[in-house]
This record gives sequence, C-alpha cells and structure tokens, in this order.
Amino acid sequence: MPETLLDVDDLHVHFATEDGVVRAVDGVSFKLERGKVLGIVGESGSGKSVTSMTILGLTRGVNAKFEGAVRYKDQDLLTMGESELRRFRGNEIAMIFQDPMTSMNPVYRVGDQIVEGIVTHEDVSKQTARNRAVQLLRQVGIPHPEERVDDYPHQFSGGMRQRAMIAMALANNPEILIADEPTTALDVTIQAQIIELIDRLKDDFDSSVILITHDLGVVADVADDIAVMYAGRIVEYGTKRQVFYDPQHPYTWGLLGSIPRLDREKPDRLTSIAGAPPSLINLPQGCKFRPRCPHAFEKCIEHPPLENRVAETPPHLDRCWLTVEEKRELRERTIHGQAAA
Amino acid sequence: MAAFVVRRFIGMILVLVVVSFFVFLIFIVVPGGDPAIRIAGRTATEQNITNIRHDWGFDQPFYVQYYDMMKKAFTNNLYEQTHQGVSVVDQIKQGVPATFSLAIGAALIWLTFGVLVGVISAMTAGRASDRLITLFALIGISMPVFWLGILARYFLAEKNTWFPDGGYVPLTQNPAQWFYHLLLPWFVLAVLFIGFYGRVLRGNILDTINEDYVRTARAKGVAPRRVMVKHVLRNSLIPIVTLFGLDFAAVIGGGAILTETVFDLHGVGQYAAQSIANFDLPPIIGVTLFGAFFIVFFSALVDFAYAILDPRIRPT
Repeated sequence: MPETLLDVDDLHVHFATEDGVVRAVDGVSFKLERGKVLGIVGESGSGKSVTSMTILGLTRGVNAKFEGAVRYKDQDLLTMGESELRRFRGNEIAMIFQDPMTSMNPVYRVGDQIVEGIVTHEDVSKQTARNRAVQLLRQVGIPHPEERVDDYPHQFSGGMRQRAMIAMALANNPEILIADEPTTALDVTIQAQIIELIDRLKDDFDSSVILITHDLGVVADVADDIAVMYAGRIVEYGTKRQVFYDPQHPYTWGLLGSIPRLDREKPDRLTSIAGAPPSLINLPQGCKFRPRCPHAFEKCIEHPPLENRVAETPPHLDRCWLTVEEKRELRERTIHGQAAA
Repeated sequence: MAAFVVRRFIGMILVLVVVSFFVFLIFIVVPGGDPAIRIAGRTATEQNITNIRHDWGFDQPFYVQYYDMMKKAFTNNLYEQTHQGVSVVDQIKQGVPATFSLAIGAALIWLTFGVLVGVISAMTAGRASDRLITLFALIGISMPVFWLGILARYFLAEKNTWFPDGGYVPLTQNPAQWFYHLLLPWFVLAVLFIGFYGRVLRGNILDTINEDYVRTARAKGVAPRRVMVKHVLRNSLIPIVTLFGLDFAAVIGGGAILTETVFDLHGVGQYAAQSIANFDLPPIIGVTLFGAFFIVFFSALVDFAYAILDPRIRPT
C-alpha cells in the first residue's frame, strides 16, 4: 500500500470580492502518494494555482473562505495556525512559481536567497548553508556555481533563474515539491530541460511532485496521475495512461485536440475549444462545461458527480453524463478536428 | 563604480556651470531695467549710475561680466558691497548654522515619522487606523507651512509661552536652548513631509506586498516580520531615497524659506526671502547658487545610493 503524503479532501476556496463571491476552488479532492508526480492541468482561471497555493496557506486573507481539508501526513494544513504552518512551508512542502523573472527578490544575491530558506528551518551556520547553496546550484545545473552563487537574479537568464528557484525549493529537502506552471514563462527549448530536471531531482531528493500546467504536453512525460481542472473543479482524474489513451471528459478531449501532433496527418488547423471559461462568480447551472460542450444534452443541466464511470482500477474518475460507449465514439472525431464545435 | 563616481562628479560640475549661467542671465534679461539703476537706489544721480555701471562692470560684454562674477564667486568675494555693506558670502555663512540645524533636525523627524506612518498605514490598510492616518496625512499635506507655523507660534509660543517665540540660538552657545528653539520649527517643517512620505510609502508597500518575490519568501516559510522588513520594506524604501535626497537638498540649501521666516531663524532661506523682497540681485545669485549646489550634490548622492540599494542599476 503506497503511503499517501497529501490528501486534499473536498477543498473549497471562495474569495469575497466587490462583484460577488468568486468560487475559485469548488470541491477539489486528490491524493498524492510518495514518490509520485501528479499533474494538474487546466486553463487559466481553472483554480489550479489557487489550489496549490492553498495547500501552503498562501491564499489566506481577510476575503478568503476555506472549506474541506488539506491533510499532510494526517495533519490538517487548512486549519493549522499560521506560525505552525510556517514550519511546513519550504521545509516539508516547497513551491516553484511560474515567472522566475519576478519570483526572486532583485536586491539580494541568488545564494543569499537560497541561504535564507535554509536557515529559516535549520540551525546551521551561514557558511554551511552557503556551501549547501553552491551544491544545490551545481545539482540544478548552474555552471561555476561557486561564482554564480554571488550573482544577483538579473545576472541570470530566465532558464537559470528557474533552475535557481528549483534549487531554492529543494534546499530543505522537501517531501513535496509543488511546481506552479514552472515552464510557462520560458523558451520552449528550456521548458523540456526544466521538466527533465524536476523529474530527475525528485528521485535524487526523494520528493513527490505536484506539477501544475495548462499544457498537457508538459505532463505527458513525467506525470503518474493527471487531474484535469475546469472552473474550480476536477472534471477528470486518473492515471496518465487512462487520461491520455481513454479520456472521458469532453474538456479533456478539447485539450488533447489542441496539441499539435507530428505522428498523425496534419489537420487544416489545430482545434480549439469554442467559447471562454465561465465567470467564477456566475457559474452555469449543472455541468460547468455545458455552455462550451458540443455534446451537451438535457441531463447536463444537472451537476454530474465525479465518478468512476469506466469502472476501472485504479479508478478513472470523470464528470460527464455521456455513457462510456458514447464517449468513445464521439471522442475520436472531437480530438481529430472533424467534429470540433 | 569609480568611473561612475567620476562621471557623475563631472556632470555635477557641468550642471552647476549651466545653473550659474542661467542665474547670471537674471541680470541681463530680468524685466525692470538696468541693474545699475536698481543698485544705485532712488535718489541716484546720473553720475552715480555711470560709476556703478563702470565699477560693477555692467558696461562690459556679457561674457566678461559672467567671467568676472564667477571669478568673484570663487575668490570668496561675491559682490562685496550690498545694502548692508556685508558680503553675500558672509551673509550666507552666517545663515548656514541655523539652516543646517533646521534641515537636519526636521529631516530626521520627517523620515522617522514618515516611515512609521507609511508602515502602520500599509499594514492596517483598509482598517480604521489606516483611514485615520490617511486623514491626518492629507490634512498635513494640505496645511500651508506659513499658516501652520504662524498658528503654532501664536498658540504655543505667544498665547501659552511653552516654547520660545522665534529666533535661533547657536548650538555652540547653548545646546539646550538650541534644541528648545528649534523644536517647533522642526515639527512645522516636517509635517508636510511626514504626510507625503507616509502616503508614498504606504502605496509602495502595498504594491510590493503583491510582488512575486514576496510570495516566494512566504513560501519558504520566512517569518512575517522578516518578510516585511527584508523583502517588502527594503524594496519599498528605494523610491523614498530619491524623494528624501531632493527634499533634504532643497531644505538644507535654504529652501525652507517660509519656516525660517515665520520663526525668524535668520538662516539662508530667510536671507533669500529678504533679498527677493528687496529685489536685491547679488544675494539672489548667491543663495540660488548655494541652493543649486545642494540640489546637484544630493542628486548625485541619490544616484550613488540607488546604485548601492538596487543591484540592477549598479554599473559594472
């Protein structure tokens, strides 16, 4: 039985704004097992970043309301006091952010920013921490780390900064590494390197990874499980193989159809999902994807639960009322463009 | 860095030369006519005016006049004869202790309270304390110094004799009285800046708090106080350095004309005010160059401070 490190259970995150209540995360559940990589995929505004930041309590504020549970090794991080939670941040669970250009403080040396994370959680001398920083920079592939450790962030390129951010996140040998769109702001050639680096280091550091992205291609290589999020909910959740080879939710089909493929005949144009994500203040009734779904029918006015409709083990969950047979028939046409709405 | 300092220093001298030239132009282009007539006074004869024109060199071409003036300025002899018969340089020298005392004391007060007000207001943003501070800051910014100064002097020094009624006591003569006499002027001068710096800093802090690198620091588990001081405040204060450099330069260069005059401090600013009231050109040139020197000097200092505070603009 694999050890479950993180258990997010029916998480709701609502923000009170002047325009109304934003249901950023609306009942999200997933489990992260030791040594595994969970990919959370969805477009902007699907709630994936809010979910990940809420795990570390970074979304707390006067206007934020939380429900559900975030259990890390049987402790609920969601209700934990701020000062207690701080012992977990960066130490047990560390995070890498989207934009390495702005995620480092421009006025401090890269090495000092790594050292800051180390000495926050460990009682070690500055020198020891600094040596570790050099070592970490070497591990993430920064050349001449003993010199670059004294550089300022602006002296690093974007890819190097993201490597340094990874070094910073791994500084305390965390159990879980959350990477929130770690490659979105980078050149395509660098993207693959960064993903590969995360994949390699998770083994070196014996960490589990939550990889958040809007790009299914990014998780294709490294993820073990994939959760597809839409409008604050998980719409499909299963192993990578299940989600890629037997996708059940029309939204997932749309995402898969929008990836350019070299191994198939070139379509006239890439398919796209028609329409835009719904406002998180006025969500549509029933299935949240209904207004954009080419296969919607009467029953979709009712909200579908997340169920193992394929009846597989390990479970392959989705939120679509269509029968598995209907889905398999409609799917091929949707993904390959002919029936795109 | 050394090359940067040298470059900046040369630039500073160039700016001063240009300023001196523009100030000098006042003599030639200012409406109100011939400077010789103005210097000679109301009951001057033709002969007087001609003599003055010759003595002062107003009959020379303008570049000769400019050269003469600069020569006199740098040989410590700028326009020896004024109405009081005391040289401009000596007048400015006499005003410097009062002006410097006022400027340094007020600057310490406004910087301390400005930062305090900004931090408290930002950290309680939206709550009652923030609204109250904002209200007071706006009142502080809106109150004219001469009005506030006169009120303070009237109520605190005349109606109730809690404070001395104007004047300046040199520090070397009696430190306690020096302090006592300057207390009111310091605060009156500082009020505007406290309100202003508090507002600016509040805005900077609220912007910086949403920066990605602040989130990174929090995600590392860094304690809130340290996040606030090392990451938020450290970056929010950089723009304040510019403001402070230029404001302090203006005040120490005799720019606190109103405060000095209201409290009768006999500083450089008050001298400037009197000279302007009398349309007395030689001292106007003197105090303008004096003030310009500090502005230029402190802008250079601000640049150096920036280079130290922000590695991104540090010359390599």
